[in-house]
Amino acid sequence: MSTDSPPASSSPAPIQLSRQKARYGERVIVGFLIFCAVVSVLTTVGIVVALVGPTIEFFREVPITDFFSADEWAPFFADASFGVFPIVVGTLNVTFWAILIGLPLGLGAAIFLSEYASPGTRKVLKPTLEVLEGIPTVAYGFFALTFVTPLIRDNWPGFLGDPPGIFSAGAAGIVLGVMIVPTVASISEDAMSAVPRSLREGAYALGSTKRTVALRVVVPAALSGIVASFVLGVSRAIGETIVVLIAAGNTPNLTFNPLESIQTMTAFIATTATGDIGVGTLEFKTVFAVGALLFVITLAMNALSIWLVRRFREEYE
Amino acid sequence: MADQLQTGADVKTAPPAIDAPDAAPNGGPTSSSAPVLSTENVHVFYDGIPAVKEVTMDIPRHRVTAFIGPSGCGKSTLLRSFNRMNDLIPSAEVTGKVLYHGQDLYGSGVDPVEVRKHIGMVFQKPNPFPKSIYDNVAFGPKVLGMKVDMDEVVENSLRHAALWDEVKDRLKQSAFGMSGGQQQRLCIARALATNPDVLLMDEPCSALDPIATGRIEDLMVRLREEYTIVIVTHNMQQATRVSDRTAFLTVELDEQDNRTGVVVEYDETEKVFSQPSDSRTEAYVTGRIG
Ligand SMILES: Nc1ncnc2c1ncn2[C@@H]1O[C@H](COP(=O)(O)OP(=O)(O)OP(=O)(O)O)[C@@H](O)[C@H]1O
Ligand SMILES: [Mg+2]
Repeated sequence: MSTDSPPASSSPAPIQLSRQKARYGERVIVGFLIFCAVVSVLTTVGIVVALVGPTIEFFREVPITDFFSADEWAPFFADASFGVFPIVVGTLNVTFWAILIGLPLGLGAAIFLSEYASPGTRKVLKPTLEVLEGIPTVAYGFFALTFVTPLIRDNWPGFLGDPPGIFSAGAAGIVLGVMIVPTVASISEDAMSAVPRSLREGAYALGSTKRTVALRVVVPAALSGIVASFVLGVSRAIGETIVVLIAAGNTPNLTFNPLESIQTMTAFIATTATGDIGVGTLEFKTVFAVGALLFVITLAMNALSIWLVRRFREEYE
Repeated sequence: MADQLQTGADVKTAPPAIDAPDAAPNGGPTSSSAPVLSTENVHVFYDGIPAVKEVTMDIPRHRVTAFIGPSGCGKSTLLRSFNRMNDLIPSAEVTGKVLYHGQDLYGSGVDPVEVRKHIGMVFQKPNPFPKSIYDNVAFGPKVLGMKVDMDEVVENSLRHAALWDEVKDRLKQSAFGMSGGQQQRLCIARALATNPDVLLMDEPCSALDPIATGRIEDLMVRLREEYTIVIVTHNMQQATRVSDRTAFLTVELDEQDNRTGVVVEYDETEKVFSQPSDSRTEAYVTGRIG
């Protein structure tokens, strides 16, 4: 019966569309991936929670107006003063010089690698740059103290007045700038290489020079990646501790002068937290208050950059 | 004219006027006028292996010249050697001469940037910049520093490309919101805005529907009055509809089994399609091989 009846006339078995086998493997993988995502979110939440408690307690003891208006940072003196501005400005001072050096150099290196370098040069330079990212920051600190600072002091032009001391915000800033170049360059370069070749060809076909293609087509199209690299670089500079401890001294000092010794927020936290302070003491809470402020500043900077990217990027598909 | 392509020569003023003295007295183009482009024994290599060889041909002024042939025979490669676009591919090398109004584009001291100001290109896949429609068209004149009324150039170019009526109310919007056919016409408008002498078009309609294709074909026929056009196409009807002359390229295998493109036949389009002189051309245009 089944052999001589044409296949078309036999009533076909219903096609099986429901799932045949439970896909356990897939579930395990999805579960693991969710776990990974949750860990990073929980870590962030944990940090915020850990910061909030002691910070609130800090402000019970120290009025918030003192924190933001007093112009001296001397939390552990007998006659204590909790004006945070000197160390905020210390951070900004160092970061400013780091940005001034690091972002243009990093972007320049990225443009060179992506648009000008021959494939051979690029093959050598790109991995070299990425290796530089892995240099421990303490090495940069000694580089600042034993190379950059002496170099500046020995070649200081007299008409600019006295040379900077052994510890200066400028030397730390310069070295931080150099330190973030690989980060900025490598991420910006990734974004720029991802810009489709067809866009470049379109611009070249209109008689554009390399410079025009790089600056008017590739950079705008890669802007979100470039800004991301800036944010990461600046975050590294703001968050860096060892380099500023070694090269900028550790003296709270409300100044933007690159020639003076300063203290940054991170340097304060590091020196205080490594001393022996008891849990629950005012010193302990001070560290958390400064940490919370640092967190807020970084957050604000990230939000600003997201807004900037949304506003100015030229999106290609 | 003689040194217009040299490095540093400043062609900053709008249109790069190429007033060939050989135009017919009545202003209309004649078939006897000197060619705009003429190649002498051009070979193009990728990584030392020839992709196209022994091309010697003249591209007449104010005519549409079509390149047809099977995929991979080197049509794009040859076309890109006409505005030094192959310079952008590190492995590519061009030998022989490509004379543009008698001047060798590959001669020493010739600046590819200058070459591309005179010889524009439209690509197979629409490649608008991720900028507004207006900025796309204004890009060329701006980077060339042309001192022109930009609004006027943008409008004229878009009108030329039969796009103005569709976009005149949204010039400030991103070009990426347009349909594929509109994007391609935008790319044509963008190329026209710098007022080139020659327009190279590499399969400009391959991503388009018949209506958009029809529009672009009409456009080419009209643009012929002012520009010299070279088009690559896979569409035989398109070649017969728009072109005056047709070159048929195909692949030849050499002793080392390298596939190299050659120009088999190059003649008036009518002749290529109705009485081809080579059997390979005949097989191709009658659809027996593809
Ligand atoms: N960048 C490149 N590097 C190496 N080889 C290439 C490159 N571009 C093209 N080729 C080779 O050169 C030959 C000709 O390619 P080309 O793109 O010119 O062909 P085509 O005639 O335009 O084909 P199609 O009709 O498919 O567009 C092909 O064999 C191709 O593989
Ligand atoms: Mg092609």
